[in-house]
Amino acid sequence: MYQYDAIDQRLVDERAAQFREQVRRRLAGELTDLEFKPLRLMNGLYLQLHAYMLRIAIPYGTLSSRQMRRLAEIGRRYDKDYGHFTTRQNIQFNWIKLENTPDILDALAEVEMHAIQTSGNCIRNVTADQYAGVVAGEVEDPRIYAEVLRQWSTLHPEFSFLPRKFKIAISGAFPDRAAVKTHDIGLFIKRNGKGEVGFEVLAGGGQGRTPVIAQTVRDFVPKAELLAYLESIMRVYNLMGRRDNIYKARIKILVQSLGIEKFRALVEEDYAASRDSGSPLPDAEIARIAAFFMPPAYERIETPVRAFEAARFENREFARWVQNNVVAHKRPGYAIAVVSLKPEGGVPGDASSDQMDAIADLADEFSGGEVRVTHEQNLVLPNVRQDALHALWQKLSKHGLATPNLNLITDIIACPGLDYCALANARSIPIAQRIQERFADRERQELLGELRIKISGCINACGHHHVGHIGILGVDKQGEEFYQLSLGGSADENASVGKILGKGFPAEQVPDAIEKLIATYLDHRTDGEKFIDTYRRIGIEPFKERVYAAG
Amino acid sequence: MPLVKHGAFVANEWVEVADDAALPSDGAVILSLKRWQAERDALAGRNGKFGIRLPADADPAVIRADLDRFALIVLEFPKFNDGRAFSQARILRQRYGFAGEIRAAGHVIRDLLLFMARCGFDAFQLAPERTLDDWRAAMREFSVWYQPAADARVPASELRHRALAAQ
Repeated sequence: MYQYDAIDQRLVDERAAQFREQVRRRLAGELTDLEFKPLRLMNGLYLQLHAYMLRIAIPYGTLSSRQMRRLAEIGRRYDKDYGHFTTRQNIQFNWIKLENTPDILDALAEVEMHAIQTSGNCIRNVTADQYAGVVAGEVEDPRIYAEVLRQWSTLHPEFSFLPRKFKIAISGAFPDRAAVKTHDIGLFIKRNGKGEVGFEVLAGGGQGRTPVIAQTVRDFVPKAELLAYLESIMRVYNLMGRRDNIYKARIKILVQSLGIEKFRALVEEDYAASRDSGSPLPDAEIARIAAFFMPPAYERIETPVRAFEAARFENREFARWVQNNVVAHKRPGYAIAVVSLKPEGGVPGDASSDQMDAIADLADEFSGGEVRVTHEQNLVLPNVRQDALHALWQKLSKHGLATPNLNLITDIIACPGLDYCALANARSIPIAQRIQERFADRERQELLGELRIKISGCINACGHHHVGHIGILGVDKQGEEFYQLSLGGSADENASVGKILGKGFPAEQVPDAIEKLIATYLDHRTDGEKFIDTYRRIGIEPFKERVYAAG
Repeated sequence: MPLVKHGAFVANEWVEVADDAALPSDGAVILSLKRWQAERDALAGRNGKFGIRLPADADPAVIRADLDRFALIVLEFPKFNDGRAFSQARILRQRYGFAGEIRAAGHVIRDLLLFMARCGFDAFQLAPERTLDDWRAAMREFSVWYQPAADARVPASELRHRALAAQ
């Protein structure tokens, strides 16, 4: 993992000190609430329905066990004993008192963490493939460049007051697990014809009220030019993006209105003029950062691992968890273990302080002290020996952390919704829970296979409903919560935006409607075909007919 | 509005001239972009310095050919969170090499000052209640940076590799 040097630490310390002074001015009445708002937002502090919410950055979803313990402690001391992992690989605490925030930021700074740029119209936390560095077939480890981008985007003097928030994602392998094409800027690490490593740079993706899939701005940008090239994209957007209407202010609207050719021409024109004064990315700096992401000393392990195979054979529940939640590691004899934060009837993405402590301990015992957060709101132990999986599973089970449902119908993404959020029109969490209850049967879930349900409580789409195989959008219909279903969305390298099925349903009818979608899929699927593939083959009509059939 | 330059309050020698007002025969004047574009040729022989107020939505390229005729460019922050002038300033300083004064006007809040200085602003029109201590404190809030910009502050990657090279 990356470790701060004196420069990184000083910046975070100075930021915490700055915020302490701002909070002091607010509490002393020297700042009005209106004046304080932009300042607190730059530090991830939102005012929600019931309390302040603090969003803490987890850069590219990577945490040490020490940092995880600190989060547990913050939950215990300053919140209600839990935290909520988000679709941006961050964590939110929902019940924070303003006067405690300076101490929380200090506590974070001590473990090389912060809340910088977790809100505001600036470059937000950079997200990356949660299996970075441990999955086979990677061109290079995206964490190296995600860290480069974290530093470059932190307090960027030119790009801290953009027309709107700005999100960057990076992936170094296929399939794309970082939802690269739904970001303002998406980066695929790639090799060009000469074998050099660089980046395909995409721009203009996004969700919200106007979902758009990103388009390629340049097919190959060499490493040394990455930051200067991104600065040209940012500059065109900063100068030309709309500022008169927040719903039209994201870069996707600019790219759409100019067309990708014109947008590209403007970026290239700016780049030709500014490349020499742009941020450099020297090889030596890449090498310095890359050294923090060197693989651990893996042992040579004979496979198949007999103890592991025997445990799978003897214990069906363990076998099921392995089948669903363990992902192939690049090294023989090792595994990537995914800790589901989607127990049936729970709140997607929530973890109690005790669970966070437990995961930190298990990370130390089994996975080199490292944890990852996924944008699907689960956690990952990236380096587990196969012969230790059974022991890990037993310990996870004790803490309610062994739900074997990765990528299945109950592994639902949901935004906080009307239970917390001031923007929401409808609740998301109870809908997720109803669906989880309806489909709680483990065998049935497995029979249905990969199926991604994503729920947003309003049109801002924080729950990614546009890119759910089944998307659910909460709307307010004359004071009542209604839910609109969409089908066929996908966030991977074949990204697509879901199509709206038809008129919405009141909350209690949503599980039945999903049931009918599932029945249609089962009727039509060929052997081994996933829901999304069946949908792509047969289209929306058969689903529509079934769901809206009379009686 | 108090004006800060080089870390001190300074008298504003510049007169802002409205588009329909007569131009004083000498002295330093600030004109709108519109007026400059209409009268630039006629103003050639005038005695006195010119400054121009560039709106946030203007492409700095429109004044590029005239830059040597300006001693001052005023860039505007219509709202504190409208950051277009940051890019305008860097283009003027770094791409076009403008060496005169670049003044921040409009909704200039203390928390933007360092960003402004980094992007090439060297004069700041502050809200009346601001003190010089306030300005100095704001300019000291951060001492390390990750990006090169239009000022002399050395970015982190360079500091790190100077340190490595010195070992």
